[in-house]
Amino acid sequence: MKIYARQRHRVLQVITRLLVPFVLIFGLYVQFHGDYGPGGGFQAGVIFASAFILYGLIFGLQRTRRVLPPSVLRWLMSLGVLIYAGTGVLTMLLGGNLLDYDVLAHDPLHGQHWGIFAVELGVGVTVTAVMVSLFYGFASKR
Amino acid sequence: METLTIVVLLMFLVVTAIGIIVLRDLLAAVILTGLYSLVAAGAFIVMDAVDVAFTEAAVGSGISTILFLGALSFTKHQQKPRGHDSWVALFFVVVTGGLLLFGISDMPRYGSATSPAQTHPQIAKRFIEQSGDEVGPPNIVTSVLASYRGYDTLGETVVVFTAGIAVMGLLGLKRRRPEDETPEHASGDVPHEPGHDTDRLT
Repeated sequence: MKIYARQRHRVLQVITRLLVPFVLIFGLYVQFHGDYGPGGGFQAGVIFASAFILYGLIFGLQRTRRVLPPSVLRWLMSLGVLIYAGTGVLTMLLGGNLLDYDVLAHDPLHGQHWGIFAVELGVGVTVTAVMVSLFYGFASKR
Repeated sequence: METLTIVVLLMFLVVTAIGIIVLRDLLAAVILTGLYSLVAAGAFIVMDAVDVAFTEAAVGSGISTILFLGALSFTKHQQKPRGHDSWVALFFVVVTGGLLLFGISDMPRYGSATSPAQTHPQIAKRFIEQSGDEVGPPNIVTSVLASYRGYDTLGETVVVFTAGIAVMGLLGLKRRRPEDETPEHASGDVPHEPGHDTDRLT
């Protein structure tokens, strides 16, 4: 993939700098507003990753690696699955079935809320890490 | 009106698919796959499947297009001229397509009120009527995805995770090219020196 790290792409660089924060915010919005509108962990993870990919396309892989190193990605990738599975294990330890969030709080509805929050967070973290590392994998093998 | 919109969008899909097959220019074909996903997302929105449309737009026309482009950078942008087309391949494609069309005839019609998903007392009815009291979120899709079917979603997450591991195994994240090791003079970091050439790619 052609990584544009040249000075002559000034317009693209400025626009990217303006866009990336909004893309990240939108990713967070989709992540945590999924209970009320469309969206959830999968979509949010992809949107969040696309911000890093856009940054990588314009500013080069080297700089993106400095923001989000591959070693961190490897941890995040597993962390997401661990958050998800850990929520399931926690519900079992608290006396419920696997991923039965009712037991997470005194009020079952609150428990469900916390459970869905944790689970979607796990999905989002894993999807973000996997998507960005897919991009790293392709872009670094030019 | 709604049916007309869906039909037009589906026809767009067919045209785009034919375009993808016919085009020799792989770059244009990749852009068309992105367009395909976008049109599909539009069709999903008309069918009121907003969550699915959202995923299709983000994954199909966003990330996969970029990954296709990345894969394309390893090859040439022009497809090799094919030799003779294989009749065996055509036979298998026609048979598979025929079987799929045959299978569709068994499916309930779009929006059918008598489909098993609608009439089964434990599925749609239960989710629509009870999920507010049992789970809470106004978005029933989230309730189903994260709570009722939480175990399935755990599996999906593990699938994504596995894909990540596979890519890391095949492409390797740590292996860097020699150029990457040299410290880059942060090309975007020096906006005050427009003429400053820090090109590391040449």
